[in-house]
Amino acid sequence: MSENFLIQLSVIVLFLPLLGFIVTLMLGKKIPKIFFFEVFVLFTGLVLSAILLFGKLTYFSDSRIVSEFKWIDMGNVPVFGSINIYLGMLIDDISALMIVVVYIISFLVHFFSIDYMKGDIRYNRYFAYLGLFTFSMSGIVLTHNILMMYIFWELVGISSYLLIGFWYEKKSASDAGKKAFIVNRIGDLGMLAGLLLLFITYNTFSFEQIFGEIAKGNLPFNSEFWLTVTGVLIFCGAIGKSAQFPLHVWLPDAMEGPTPVSALIHAATMVAAGVYLVVRVFGILTADAMLVIAIIGMLSAFIPATIALTQNDIKRVLAYSTVSQLGYMIMALGVGAYKFAFFHLVTHAFFKACLFLGSGSVIHAMHHEQDIRNMGGLRKKMPITYATFLFSSIAISGIPLTSGFLSKDGILSGAYAFGSLTGHWLFPFIGFLVAMMTAFYMFRLVILTFHGEPRNKDKYDHAHESKFSMAMPLVVLSVLSLFFWYTPNPLSPDAGWFYSKWIKDPVIYTPESARWDFMKTDEAALTHSSAEHPVMYSETYTEALHHSHGPAVILSLLVAISGILLAFTMYQWKKISADKIAEKFKPLYNFSYNKWYFDELYDKTFVAGTLALSSLVAWFDRVIIDGIVDGSATVTKAVSTFTGKFDNVVVDGLVNFMAYLSAFIGLIFRRFQTGKVQTYIIMGIFSIVILLFLFKSF
Amino acid sequence: MEVTLTHFLILSTLLFSLGIYGIVTRKNAIMVLMGLELILNASNINFIAFSRFGNFGLQGQLFALFVIVLAAAEAAIALAIVLNVYKTFVNVNVDEIDELRD
Amino acid sequence: MNFPILTFLTFIPVVGMVIILFLKKENVSAIKYTALLATGIQVVLAAVLMSNYNYSLGGINEASSFQFAEKFRWIEISDFPWIGTIKIDYFLGVDGLSTPLVLLTAIVTFIATLSSWTIDRQLKGYFALFLLLDTGMMGVFVSLDFFLFFVFWEIMLLPMYFLIGIWGGPRREYAAIKFFLYTLFGSIFILLVMIGLYFSTTETLADGSKVFTFNILEMMNTANYTVDGILSPLNPDNWRFIAFVGLFAGFAIKIPMFPFHTWLPDAHVEAPTPISVILAGVLLKMGTYGILRFNYPIFPELTYQLAWYIGLFGMINIIYGALAAMAQRDFKKLIAYSSVSHMGYCLLGMASLNTMGISGAILQMFNHGTITAMLFLIVGVLYDRTHTRNLDDFGGIGTQMPIYTGFVSVAFFAAIGLPGLSGFISEIFVFLGAFSYDIIRVITIISTLGILLGAGYMLWTMQRVYLGTLKEKWMQLKDLDRREYAMLIPLTLIIIFLGVYPSAMLDVMNASVNSMVKFMQDSQVFFSSITGLQ
Repeated sequence: MSENFLIQLSVIVLFLPLLGFIVTLMLGKKIPKIFFFEVFVLFTGLVLSAILLFGKLTYFSDSRIVSEFKWIDMGNVPVFGSINIYLGMLIDDISALMIVVVYIISFLVHFFSIDYMKGDIRYNRYFAYLGLFTFSMSGIVLTHNILMMYIFWELVGISSYLLIGFWYEKKSASDAGKKAFIVNRIGDLGMLAGLLLLFITYNTFSFEQIFGEIAKGNLPFNSEFWLTVTGVLIFCGAIGKSAQFPLHVWLPDAMEGPTPVSALIHAATMVAAGVYLVVRVFGILTADAMLVIAIIGMLSAFIPATIALTQNDIKRVLAYSTVSQLGYMIMALGVGAYKFAFFHLVTHAFFKACLFLGSGSVIHAMHHEQDIRNMGGLRKKMPITYATFLFSSIAISGIPLTSGFLSKDGILSGAYAFGSLTGHWLFPFIGFLVAMMTAFYMFRLVILTFHGEPRNKDKYDHAHESKFSMAMPLVVLSVLSLFFWYTPNPLSPDAGWFYSKWIKDPVIYTPESARWDFMKTDEAALTHSSAEHPVMYSETYTEALHHSHGPAVILSLLVAISGILLAFTMYQWKKISADKIAEKFKPLYNFSYNKWYFDELYDKTFVAGTLALSSLVAWFDRVIIDGIVDGSATVTKAVSTFTGKFDNVVVDGLVNFMAYLSAFIGLIFRRFQTGKVQTYIIMGIFSIVILLFLFKSF
Repeated sequence: MEVTLTHFLILSTLLFSLGIYGIVTRKNAIMVLMGLELILNASNINFIAFSRFGNFGLQGQLFALFVIVLAAAEAAIALAIVLNVYKTFVNVNVDEIDELRD
Repeated sequence: MNFPILTFLTFIPVVGMVIILFLKKENVSAIKYTALLATGIQVVLAAVLMSNYNYSLGGINEASSFQFAEKFRWIEISDFPWIGTIKIDYFLGVDGLSTPLVLLTAIVTFIATLSSWTIDRQLKGYFALFLLLDTGMMGVFVSLDFFLFFVFWEIMLLPMYFLIGIWGGPRREYAAIKFFLYTLFGSIFILLVMIGLYFSTTETLADGSKVFTFNILEMMNTANYTVDGILSPLNPDNWRFIAFVGLFAGFAIKIPMFPFHTWLPDAHVEAPTPISVILAGVLLKMGTYGILRFNYPIFPELTYQLAWYIGLFGMINIIYGALAAMAQRDFKKLIAYSSVSHMGYCLLGMASLNTMGISGAILQMFNHGTITAMLFLIVGVLYDRTHTRNLDDFGGIGTQMPIYTGFVSVAFFAAIGLPGLSGFISEIFVFLGAFSYDIIRVITIISTLGILLGAGYMLWTMQRVYLGTLKEKWMQLKDLDRREYAMLIPLTLIIIFLGVYPSAMLDVMNASVNSMVKFMQDSQVFFSSITGLQ
């Protein structure tokens, strides 16, 4: 197995879904069964990407494989020097793992959709869009430079737009699609600015070259501040795509799309792209940038978790839970728990996709009923869905034996270690709080949906377990959420292959002076580090992480179990009335129920502001500028009228006056012109006499 | 008393003045013509007088002859015109014949 | 002497026009096909030109590196009182600046001819004027003599006036007059500067004598300035600043640059579809082309001095156009304002004064030409069927006309700069270039808001017209016919092709843009020595 083979494989994996997209889109009208082609393409892609991962981990476990080609050759250019823009592939642990995750979920979602979308008028188009999405997502994962990442970033945005607005006859769906795209673009602007900063500093987009330059101490504008700015700007892209606070508002609305789409895009892959981006550029983040990221992550973990507590739409609860979990990952990256963040990204992808597909199964069975107040008791009717949904809920709550426990515990211990090292205890505190809330709202959801008595008898009677094609993905995904895929020890991931073999410790390129103290490489780290006992960042950090592990495990278990127990007390055993609590804390309840009024706030300020500004501009254009133009025309016309008058009266008057004058003079002199010869003669004689008299003296 | 040039000139001046007077005062075209004849004769007298007293040979007399012939021709044409004018307007008063005026 | 391809490119339409004038008025299809043939030949010639184009030659200020050049004495009057010998050349040639635009003109005109099929009155006059317009446009892009350029510039003006004024919508007279006066107003500045430059630069003839010149390339050569010319830098009391601003204003009206842009929405709304296509696709580019061809190399010192303002106006165009577009109810007006916004990117890219930015600007001219042409065709297709352009009247067209909506998506996504389509490349190049120039960095960052606003109004329009539930009255609409496919498919292919492989166009202009940037930098030495003297 050669590097070349892997590269070719990755290129095929990248372009297969594009082929699927084009073929399905073009032939969709003519061949009704063409969607099978798309599903088949995805299956092939899944197999190939599995081979890719296997080859990478087996034969090139320590190397990064890069292949690039010159896309735009500007040659030697004045001002810049030589400019070439490359496109290329990068295969390292992260991208190889991620592409497999993307393909697993994408394939299962395709499979699930075959029955779920049956009977839709644009059935084939739907699969074509899924293909386009998979293509764009693979591009983000496999790219080796930030420009290409931005390109696919936008393509993901547009395919998400198409899929959210898939049922575009509904106004809410097309609104949601538009909102998702535009909110994402706000984040993308930041990413674009970061990209511009990097390009003018390094004349290249390639991650490797940029990192290399930064490692050499070559910073944007030669200042650490601007390195921080660059990091934060690039992170803006992640804020948009991963629906982080304050741009998280699009994700709940995106639930207007078909449920499998929510599972694929808005739970497992696209929203994870933001985290993936931060993972990619982790090596160049300064301490300040990391703090910003951690704060954003913390807020995004906390705020949506509080909202999820009170929502009644099954998909919205899951959507807010997604934002919250993504906030977890971002916070983990901010506090330096790099591996745990990526680990959580992978595990979360599986169980959240399972939850979404499970909810899709429920919604399908209930004939597009999404309100959990109308559900209940579905456990008996839909055992497979129930089992997988329950298991995924356990995983997301962080109960041992699941993958969720491993990754979440890792993040919490990372935050705990960070707190102990820097004194920022707020991060672990919020982390545990959110863990408890997560356990509570997930089990609230499970209990209200599957337990108790059916609250809507009519719909309940028609409900039925889904077919194989829909049940199979659920089972596969929940099995993937078991611990043994990642580590043999259900309580600690450290010994597992995922941590020691599959992902490596991050390489930090940031100048030492711009890092947290614990991330500065110390002597101990260099000497003590070995294959069996790798030291991350520094000895101090490894120590702190080691010490935080125990408390973190116990605490996280405690909060998770107490959250679950609380949910059972309130909704299953009805010991505490949920309504009474809601009544008691009415303002808080309303605040949470109305999503902290973010949508209203944004509508009133940004949206209304932009629209008002645009009407103002249009008014300005129509009235002022065109007014000036038309006004100048009017003035010109008035002037010309005046000139006309002037011409008629004054100029012509003068001419006429001259004529009158001469006529008048003529009138006088014509008196002499009698026509009588006698008069002339007399005058002649007189003249002669006068002349003679005058000339007499000479 | 010897007749000198001055006497001739005085005579011709008188004649000329009479002619002018006739032309200016008479309204009748015939009378105007007669005044004109007087002026021409006054000039004849002058020609001859200057010829007689000056050193000019016979030039003065010759001119006088020319003038007499011209006056005859002129009188003939003028009388013809006056006759025609009379035929047209039944009037030979020069003040009233002003068709071409203005 | 090789085949004079540029002359043919320029005057083939006139030949077509003459033929049409000899045809009978009733012979409608002959008239149409003659026009189609003329423009078709133009496309073929443009393709031949592209295939024989030498990518390594720079052009700009070197006569020898202009390609397909044709030059002979057009007008010569010797011993003219006071001036001496007047000579005007018929001088054509292309370099990397004009070649993309020549290609664009050929393609857009051909497609506009196809789109003219629906014109139903006074066809003979329409096509005759249309072809004359074509000659004017092509001539503007290929002429290298200022006088000749000006002649073509004016030739193009009159047919446009009639095409809007006779075949336009309800307020056509107003729009036509507005267009005409605006452009004429700009022409005056251009004319004045042309005369000023004529009396300030000389060229050396073969016999060594110096005569005043209209040759653009000679005007760029700093050695050719007379000592006392009004626009000569050697003259301490020169009027170069005023001339630069005047010339810029003359071209800016065509772009159209804020605050000279209000003729555009009116002209677009009133003009028939093919004329809108030409107007947006080709005419607007003359402004930016003129600035690059004249202002930049002839007044390099002032260009450097005023680059910030050019960038500022670019930014205003981008933001202002986008905001104004958002408030429109008329589909065509919305596209017109989006043109204002998109041409702002050209200005911004040009202000960068480096290869990335200027390449981006030229690429943006080409891409905007194809994308906006497509957008206007799209509006035209809908208008032909529904006879309304009010955005609020529509809804759900996507359900009724799915294939058409597919093309719409491509055009809309290209307009909002989606990667993989051509608009993205030019925008990113403009941003990269402009951001590299430190004095307009802040402007660039603010300008990026334009891509957000662009997405806003485009997607909103998409939603209002194509998404949602289908209204009862549009149940009868038919999807595209074959002629409409023929119009939309080539443009779609170009948009996708240049999005995936932008080098195809970038390579054409690269050498020229490089030599322009280099030339402008080098000439700074001369100009700073002049200011040093003063």
